[in-house]
Amino acid sequence: MTKAAKEKLAFQLLTIASVMVLIPTVGIIVYIVIKGLPAINWSFLTEPPRNMMTEGGIYPAIMGTLYLVLGTIAIALPLGVGAAIYLNEYAGTSRMRRLVHLAIVNLAGVPSVVYGLFGLGFFVIVLGFGRSLIAGSLTLAIMILPVIITTTEEALKSVPNSYREASLALGATKWQTVRNAVLPSATPGIITGTILGIGRAAGETAPILFTVAAFYLPSIPKSIFDQAMALPYHLYILVTEVPNVPEETKFGTALVLLTLVVGLNLVAVLIRTRTRRRSY
Amino acid sequence: MKNYKDWIIEKILLVLGISSIVVLAMIFLFLLKDGLQFFSVVSLKDFLTGDTWLPTSKPASFGILPLLVGSFAVTLVALTIAVPFGLALAIYLGEIASSRTKEILKPTVELLAAIPSVVYGFIGITVIAPAVKSFFNISSGFTLFTGGLILALMALPTIVSIAEDALHAVPGSYKEASLALGASSWETIVHVILPAAKSGLIAAIMLGMGRVIGETMTVLMVTGNAPIIPGSIFESGRTMTATIAAEMGETVHGSTHYYSLFGIGLVLFTITFAINFTADYFVQRQRG
Repeated sequence: MTKAAKEKLAFQLLTIASVMVLIPTVGIIVYIVIKGLPAINWSFLTEPPRNMMTEGGIYPAIMGTLYLVLGTIAIALPLGVGAAIYLNEYAGTSRMRRLVHLAIVNLAGVPSVVYGLFGLGFFVIVLGFGRSLIAGSLTLAIMILPVIITTTEEALKSVPNSYREASLALGATKWQTVRNAVLPSATPGIITGTILGIGRAAGETAPILFTVAAFYLPSIPKSIFDQAMALPYHLYILVTEVPNVPEETKFGTALVLLTLVVGLNLVAVLIRTRTRRRSY
Repeated sequence: MKNYKDWIIEKILLVLGISSIVVLAMIFLFLLKDGLQFFSVVSLKDFLTGDTWLPTSKPASFGILPLLVGSFAVTLVALTIAVPFGLALAIYLGEIASSRTKEILKPTVELLAAIPSVVYGFIGITVIAPAVKSFFNISSGFTLFTGGLILALMALPTIVSIAEDALHAVPGSYKEASLALGASSWETIVHVILPAAKSGLIAAIMLGMGRVIGETMTVLMVTGNAPIIPGSIFESGRTMTATIAAEMGETVHGSTHYYSLFGIGLVLFTITFAINFTADYFVQRQRG
């Protein structure tokens, strides 16, 4: 075989392999949209499940996930952004920075069910929170911490050094420089990271299994020490544990979850591309 | 006064800065504490090499060999599929695709990473398991193979994005030199770019592996969950992650069964820690 023919064949095979990856991705999404759409209506989104979950809607699960995500972000955002500011603006290139980097890499690799175990053992039992929104939010918060720290750090890194130098030259202190000169330019990047973190927290099931998720709880939680239903866990029990749930309800629930999580990711991608295009 | 405030803020940020170290250490120590409770009852050797997992029968048996086999079987299946496709996609994206194709393909792969694992599990139950059943003509579609097949999709985004970074990091001068010597683009990819990116590609595969071993909901939903050593990948099996998720809800706090699940958690944590630690070494080496 000639050199050119060999190259052509290799490139064609690579193209085919790449297209083959597109098919299941698009397939899964289209399939869920088509099968789930008929279930979506106002009462599905605003009513609690009824009649052993075979009728009614998924309102408490939507609200539960919303509360859970808010709690998670309220904890993870200040922690993660603070950590990233320290690493990028204060720590220099010290050995500690390398150590923190290793910790983040490994934290990102801890299986989600192990976060669930830790959340159960520590937040639910040792700290005595019981299965509650606060225990679930804390568990999800430490899980998304690596995402927030990494993206924030990258955003801070992309702020030109001249901004810092100009601010310091005007007599601003280190913190004034960070707050007034660095953070505003890094905001889009931080928002992107936050949204990605929210998407991750909203879609995870294993960490909330034993820390917050309620099988059936038609009322909306009133305090952070209440249990709550959540969309991913609700889909899990509809599919595996509750008998006689109509297919339509399962696909409808999957569609709502998918829309929420994929939608958040699309927003993050949009913000990222828009900031990249805007050059300094 | 201004400096005093700055000093306080710096100290607060320092505390936040080391939070990730503290959290990681706490997770490890916590698993270790509860894991050791368990190993005072059942020896580590019996735990790792025992071939029967019957935590609720009398007498109970806590051998996790079937679960280790389950985890490694799905990982093997997933990587066998995801590594060639992942590397192909990374090469295509990095070296061949036009920028317009890239703009469509890259977000699509990222989308794969965004789909929640419980949704993959749902699709696994409704579509993929029945398809596997009829395609291979077996009595049940809920097999280790089915789990591995779906996990391959879930590992792809990790493998593709890190492998593409590695290819991207190869200096352009390498490529130019090879092309100038008369090598074709394909020869340049095979003999110059891939060898130069080797460390990063290894890291990509390892991180994909970490992702697969740690995945919980999908395997819990589609592998059939029989905690026995399977005869082949076309039989039912159960992973370590699925065991924790399936049994934790039923255990009594403080029982041997409860602590045994922390023992499994400790094993999982150790495996993923080793994988990520090594992968990071390769990533750093790639950066030089």
